Amino acid sequence: MALPQAKLDATEARLAVAARPSGAAWADAARDGALARLRAQGLPHRRDEYWKFTNPDTLVQPEAPEAATFDETDAPIFDAVERLKIVFVDGVFDAGASDDLALEGVTIERLSEAAQSDIHWAKELYGVLEERGQDPVARPLAALNTALADDGVLIHVTGKASKPINLIYHHQSPRSDAMLHHVVKLDPGAEVTLLENGPAAARFNAVMEVEVADGAAFHHVRAQGRDHERRTATHLFARLGEESTFKTFTLTANGVLTRNECVVEMKGDDAAAHIAGACVGDGDFHHDDTVFVTHDAVNCESRQVFKKVLRNGARGVFQGKILVKPDAQKTDGYQISQSLLLDGDSEFDAKPELEIYADDVACSHGSTSGAIDEEGLFYLRARGVPKDIATDLLTLAFLAEAVDEIENEDLRAELVNLLEGWLGRRRG
Amino acid sequence: MAALDDTKVKEGVDQETVDAVREMAGTYKHGWETDIEMDYAPKGLTEDIVRLISEKNEEPEWMTEWRLQAYARWLQKEEPDWAMLDYPEVDFQNQYYYARPKSMATKPKSLDEVDPKLLETYAKLGIPLKEQMILAGVEGAEAAPAEGRKVAVDAVFDSVSVGTTFQKELKEAGVIFCSISEAIQNHPELVRKYLGSVVPVSDNFYATLNSAVFSDGSFVYVPPGVRCPMELSTYFRINAENTGQFERTLIIADKGSYVSYLEGCTAPQRDESQLHAAVVEIIVEEDAEVKYSTVQNWYPGNEEGKGGIYNFVTKRADCRGDRAKVMWTQVETGSAVTWKYPSCILRGDDSQGEFYSIAITNNWQQADTGTKMIHLGKNTRSRIVSKGISAGQAQNTYRGLVSMHPKAKNSRNYTQCDSLLIGGKCGAHTVPYIEVKNNSSRVEHEATTSKVDDDQLFYCRQRGMDEEEAVALVVNGFCKDVLQALPMEFAMEAQQLVAISLEGSVG
Repeated sequence: MALPQAKLDATEARLAVAARPSGAAWADAARDGALARLRAQGLPHRRDEYWKFTNPDTLVQPEAPEAATFDETDAPIFDAVERLKIVFVDGVFDAGASDDLALEGVTIERLSEAAQSDIHWAKELYGVLEERGQDPVARPLAALNTALADDGVLIHVTGKASKPINLIYHHQSPRSDAMLHHVVKLDPGAEVTLLENGPAAARFNAVMEVEVADGAAFHHVRAQGRDHERRTATHLFARLGEESTFKTFTLTANGVLTRNECVVEMKGDDAAAHIAGACVGDGDFHHDDTVFVTHDAVNCESRQVFKKVLRNGARGVFQGKILVKPDAQKTDGYQISQSLLLDGDSEFDAKPELEIYADDVACSHGSTSGAIDEEGLFYLRARGVPKDIATDLLTLAFLAEAVDEIENEDLRAELVNLLEGWLGRRRG
Repeated sequence: MAALDDTKVKEGVDQETVDAVREMAGTYKHGWETDIEMDYAPKGLTEDIVRLISEKNEEPEWMTEWRLQAYARWLQKEEPDWAMLDYPEVDFQNQYYYARPKSMATKPKSLDEVDPKLLETYAKLGIPLKEQMILAGVEGAEAAPAEGRKVAVDAVFDSVSVGTTFQKELKEAGVIFCSISEAIQNHPELVRKYLGSVVPVSDNFYATLNSAVFSDGSFVYVPPGVRCPMELSTYFRINAENTGQFERTLIIADKGSYVSYLEGCTAPQRDESQLHAAVVEIIVEEDAEVKYSTVQNWYPGNEEGKGGIYNFVTKRADCRGDRAKVMWTQVETGSAVTWKYPSCILRGDDSQGEFYSIAITNNWQQADTGTKMIHLGKNTRSRIVSKGISAGQAQNTYRGLVSMHPKAKNSRNYTQCDSLLIGGKCGAHTVPYIEVKNNSSRVEHEATTSKVDDDQLFYCRQRGMDEEEAVALVVNGFCKDVLQALPMEFAMEAQQLVAISLEGSVG
């Protein structure tokens, strides 16, 4: 079907303000392929079914809308954790602020450099997992990223990484429009923990492609900051081998617009994927978690756990899907999305979908929405806890199921601290 | 039934369920044809055909205009493609839009004047058109006291209503129950006021088509404070070949009234697919209650997926007054393609909507069905219980919307969807939309497999069952929820459904 003219125009207008980077033949081919995909799909429009609950206009328009820079008065996140830091400022690599990119069991390169070499392992993955993730639902912002991103990190994990890798994104220019494309490849049995945090830019489009080979384990913890006006669209594409593990958790507090898409393909038997998110939204806040898990192997387990606390007109969206292919028997799929609405102005929209073509599987999905538990509040207040503190306690308890998805205790403690701090400051 | 016999059923799925599905969706019992002379309008759809239908029904000018407007809108509309349905394009010009038995050219004044062949047709289907024949062929009916189990029937054959029983008795109670074509002539003020007020003319592609070409259907008006003395029912029969059936039902329950309405449908077995696009509108005023039950058993096509009815239906109830209540119950076993979302608009404060559905698909059947619960008023409540069973190569989708508007304070919704797959070649899908715009409302969407009522579990365990047994027992109350909502008249279907359990459901 031909695309509507409005979509074609929007797509060309967006492409007109950016140049396709050029590099080695494989990188050029991947970028050209993505450009062709994008032109065939057109950039998202608010009438698209997949963008029913989230207006993509500001993510699509040629120029990034202005966003005030973030005054970082918080203690930096993950500071208590021994890690390797890689810093980007408005999407530009900051060598001075970054650690030496050397880590035992891991090789780390920048995309901008690797894309110039004729032979590189990333050829097999760059734009490849993104392209696989385009079916059955188009993800044009990811294709845009593959086509135009000129930097990011390529991480090849060959053994057990000795410490987590932390991607830190600073935001300094009020109109910055950043695009980063990361590729992570885990060899059989390898393990790594990847951390991400920081506001990144006025507008941030990030894609991460992760190949988890047989028996490998990928852990991902992301904190998307607070109190700023950024707009973010992220895509996380993963392909899982036999007996591999993939765990991702995202904490989001504020941000005018956040759309986090996670697309997981379970290709090897007995793999596990846990995708979790917690968000705390206040005021002019729109947060969208869109998840698509495809079971294409036997005896795999997937969990989607998303919790949203919303107030002052904040809006939370969850679109989750479990697709079980015909031979993916013994699948165990679980999906829960819950929202806690702290006042009457906030809104929660959910579309928890199942598509099942195998008969010997168990998939459950649940979604709830409601106000804070009055009985719980009464119980705490009867014991002398002030109302706002009681509310915070119940809020933390509500978010706990999602936060508990983080396996590493130190990281979990770090995020709980952060949450407590944010909730505490909101009280003033 | 080769398809099912060969199927290896996964461990844990109840054999009785498989047998019941096989029985229900197996050989189609109503596939015979009535040999009767018919009057057809020319094939295809044009403005002239719309005028012709209006003329045949001796409609007033305003009605003809209404239809023509709908037709003009329909030309602008595109067929929706968002449902998980895959079927060859429907050629809307290769259909008859009007088919009437010749003997119905002059309307019979009473059932005694109706062509015996038509009466035979309904007798064979087990539909009592003679008032003394109550509930023919329905097991268990004998036990019921005859007085309390009367059912008034409006029988629709292709494009026309053949007759309506018990009209006199209903009239005494003040209830109007007749074909919609009669209502347009005899009660134009009511039809004009309510027709299209719940499902607007241009609501969707099929509803717009129906508005232009509907030929007959049923009309019910229950005056304030009246409890309808008997159940009302309509039986739709498609007989003629290449004929689309477009019926229109309008039910108005005035303040404080109550009515229970049943709908049944069958069609002959043919290789060519046939089109059915109905619209049902229900208006529920203050303190009124409407129960609408359907057993949809259109011809589903054969084992190779040839033929069958394409069933595109728009059903909607509008709870206009406070404390209004509506309950949809559907058992969907027929049709090659089902596209149907009986919905509730909960406008009045404290109004209630309920939707109970069992959809069984086999062979190459495809069903995309569910409901919409639009909460607009305060303290409104809705409950959705949907059970889907797929066998053979069938695809069964639940698609639903629960929407809590900002002013729908303290509202509640509870949704439960379960699916069962019999064999590895079919599919079961769930596409719920949930939109919550206020925080005093609670919305819960759950799959039974993950949540079993604690109290029930406790009860079972107290009586010495181990946990697994107790869970099985509670979960296996599968069809009970829906069956309880089904009126006695569907006892035969209900008996078959009792054997179905959801053990081994996928989610």
